[in-house]
Amino acid sequence: MSEAVTKKLMLFFPKCECEKPIIYHLVKDHNLIVNVYRAKVTPEEEGYLVLDVTGTEDDIEKGLDFVRTFDVTINTTGKGVARDEERCTHCGQCVSHCPTGALRVGNSATREVVYNEADCIECLACIRVCPFGACASTF
Amino acid sequence: MKTYEQINERIESGKAVVLTADEIIDYVDKKGPAAAAEEVDVVTTATFGPMCSSGCFLNFGHSQPKIRMTEAWIEDVLVYTGIAAVDAYLGATQLRHGDPANMYPPGEFRYGGGHVIEDLVAGKELQLFALSYGTDDYPRREIRTYFTIDDLNQAIMVNPRNCYQNYNVAINDSDRTIYTYMGALEPHRENATYCSAGQLSPLLNDPLYETIGVGTRVWLAGAHGHVYAEGTQHAGVCERTPDGVPMEGAGTLALTGDMKQMRPEFVRGVSLRGYGISLALGVGIPIPVLNEQVLKRTCVRDRDIFAPVVDYSQEYPRKTGKILGRVSYEQLRSGEIQIDGKAVKVGSLSSYYKALEIAHLLADEVRKGDFTLARPYAPLPPDRPMKPLVIREKAS
Repeated sequence: MSEAVTKKLMLFFPKCECEKPIIYHLVKDHNLIVNVYRAKVTPEEEGYLVLDVTGTEDDIEKGLDFVRTFDVTINTTGKGVARDEERCTHCGQCVSHCPTGALRVGNSATREVVYNEADCIECLACIRVCPFGACASTF
Repeated sequence: MKTYEQINERIESGKAVVLTADEIIDYVDKKGPAAAAEEVDVVTTATFGPMCSSGCFLNFGHSQPKIRMTEAWIEDVLVYTGIAAVDAYLGATQLRHGDPANMYPPGEFRYGGGHVIEDLVAGKELQLFALSYGTDDYPRREIRTYFTIDDLNQAIMVNPRNCYQNYNVAINDSDRTIYTYMGALEPHRENATYCSAGQLSPLLNDPLYETIGVGTRVWLAGAHGHVYAEGTQHAGVCERTPDGVPMEGAGTLALTGDMKQMRPEFVRGVSLRGYGISLALGVGIPIPVLNEQVLKRTCVRDRDIFAPVVDYSQEYPRKTGKILGRVSYEQLRSGEIQIDGKAVKVGSLSSYYKALEIAHLLADEVRKGDFTLARPYAPLPPDRPMKPLVIREKAS
């Protein structure tokens, strides 16, 4: 049996697909473990979902093929929270508020603050505390 | 021993030896202070962080027909016009008209004076709205127009209090999140915030004000400005280490510079949730290596600089003066400090990354002969304590 891997996905559901239980089928029919970080349905009834899926490469690919049969946009680069490099001054205010170390001082000499999206659990603390408005939610 | 004149001659001939306050530490370790003091002409220091006591004087020029401007707003941010016609002072912490502030706490404070200053320097087109009561010589009573910094006759930054020599480490001893000018502080001492460039910071490299004084030329967000006075709340009398390094706020500088020469990446509006608006500024100050003593002071290290840890939930607002202890900048930069045996996560409001960039930019300008040093014409007062505001009955 091949090894389980975890992938972070951001799904966008247009209005027509919002009421379909797609995640249920990912779990039941494709054997995937899902961990939802953040979900939102807008007043226009469009939906956003950021989640991890864990399973074999094969199961994840089949699951994604299943999602693709709907009009759902799959973003595998996982950008639910984005940092604007121009606005970031590397002050480090976010670092003590980030629970996973996704935002951390990457270089002890220059004190540059680095952002590793893969570690972000989308708690949005950085958006609240950044004095320069450098962090923003993509939805 | 070197004089300002000798150092400036070497700068102008492109021969000056210039190191940053970061580089000088290892250099002196290697060469020894006597040899290094001979060789090195200038050490550059820098800081980048929120400096609330900042603002600028603007002159709009006259419209046809003329208006005096008794009240005025830029992008709905009130400016002070109790001065001559078409002059205004824009303060960094001014809120935008209609901002609910902390009506529904914590307020977001998305846009205010600091952001207007950032937008001005970035060359953005901004709205001016002004009112007046009308006079024979200034008949217009209302004006609404758009302008950029290039349309202004003058845009001169005039900051009464910048470059705090040292600063508190803020912590929260209560059981609810508090929102301060040091950022959001989680309950039960969950996190702490400091705000200083430490071993790179100007006044920590000249702790007894031996070279930085009134008249010193400074790099203010890219412009060549100067120290025009001691900063407000400047208090040289404070607790110091045996080397003279202050263990609390202590000295401050009043700085001025031409905003038309500034670089937008070093002039940045700040929104502090639940607190308000500020302006983050980059400042670089060159220290002339006049003698070995001056050089030795620039070798100060983060481990030799201590900041007081202060509870911002009770002790700071009540002005009790109580501190929870002192920690070094080396400890702070490790990302974690120990307070009464508890590990506390540390964040910063001051950007060492940007300060380092500024120290190098200034060093390059000095090396190229583009930035010479100005001898101060008056020292900063060394012997002044900080006075409180006493609430009292009328004396007579």
